[in-house]
Amino acid sequence: MLVLTRKKNESIVLNDNIEITIVDVQGDQVRIGINAPKSVSIYRKEIFLEIQAENKKAADVKAIDLKDLLK
Amino acid sequence: MLLKTKHFGEIEIDESKVINFKEGILGFEDTKRYIVLYDGDETSPFRWLQGVDDGQLAFAVANPFQILKDYDIEIPDEAVVNLNIENIEDVMVLSIVVVPEDLTKMTMNLKAPVIINTKNNSGMQVVLDTDAYSVRHYIVEELRRQEVNIGAGSDKKEK
Repeated sequence: MLVLTRKKNESIVLNDNIEITIVDVQGDQVRIGINAPKSVSIYRKEIFLEIQAENKKAADVKAIDLKDLLK
Repeated sequence: MLLKTKHFGEIEIDESKVINFKEGILGFEDTKRYIVLYDGDETSPFRWLQGVDDGQLAFAVANPFQILKDYDIEIPDEAVVNLNIENIEDVMVLSIVVVPEDLTKMTMNLKAPVIINTKNNSGMQVVLDTDAYSVRHYIVEELRRQEVNIGAGSDKKEK
């Protein structure tokens, strides 16, 4: 992993169209601002992982008749 | 084309109905093409989102608006841009359903719906930027609450 040191209000630019700015630092909390094209998906990683895990559970479904779900 | 599926055996699918998921579904990035299958009853909120590249992959999905009357979401910009959405009428929203052995514990993912632009057959799963909806919403209660409506629907058919 590339590790860079940045101060408050300093930025990192990715691919010339994504800018990540350190907005604020309070103790162990960092506020990050992201400027990116609208087509870019940005997720908090824990939510991303949670949704991946839900999708995996969903794909594991046994043979069911969807009509049974309404009974 | 013929597709060998996990739940329906070998079925003939209409290639014009295949939906392209450029990014796949989270956790299943390699499967890029899906088709929405009905299980006979078109009035049911449930559908299958059947993988085309991988016939073994299928998700039970549901129309969240049919199950949760007050489900209210804004289509995220990333979907509008990536799927080239021009008309809200072209948009189909599906929630992925987890069907456990115990059906009373069935949940649907309201936080990360699948958005499909039916005009150009493209789709993606988005993550809504809201705390209002959960990735595990229990739906049996919702279905019970609606029993009246569903019952009313079948009454009409019988008449």
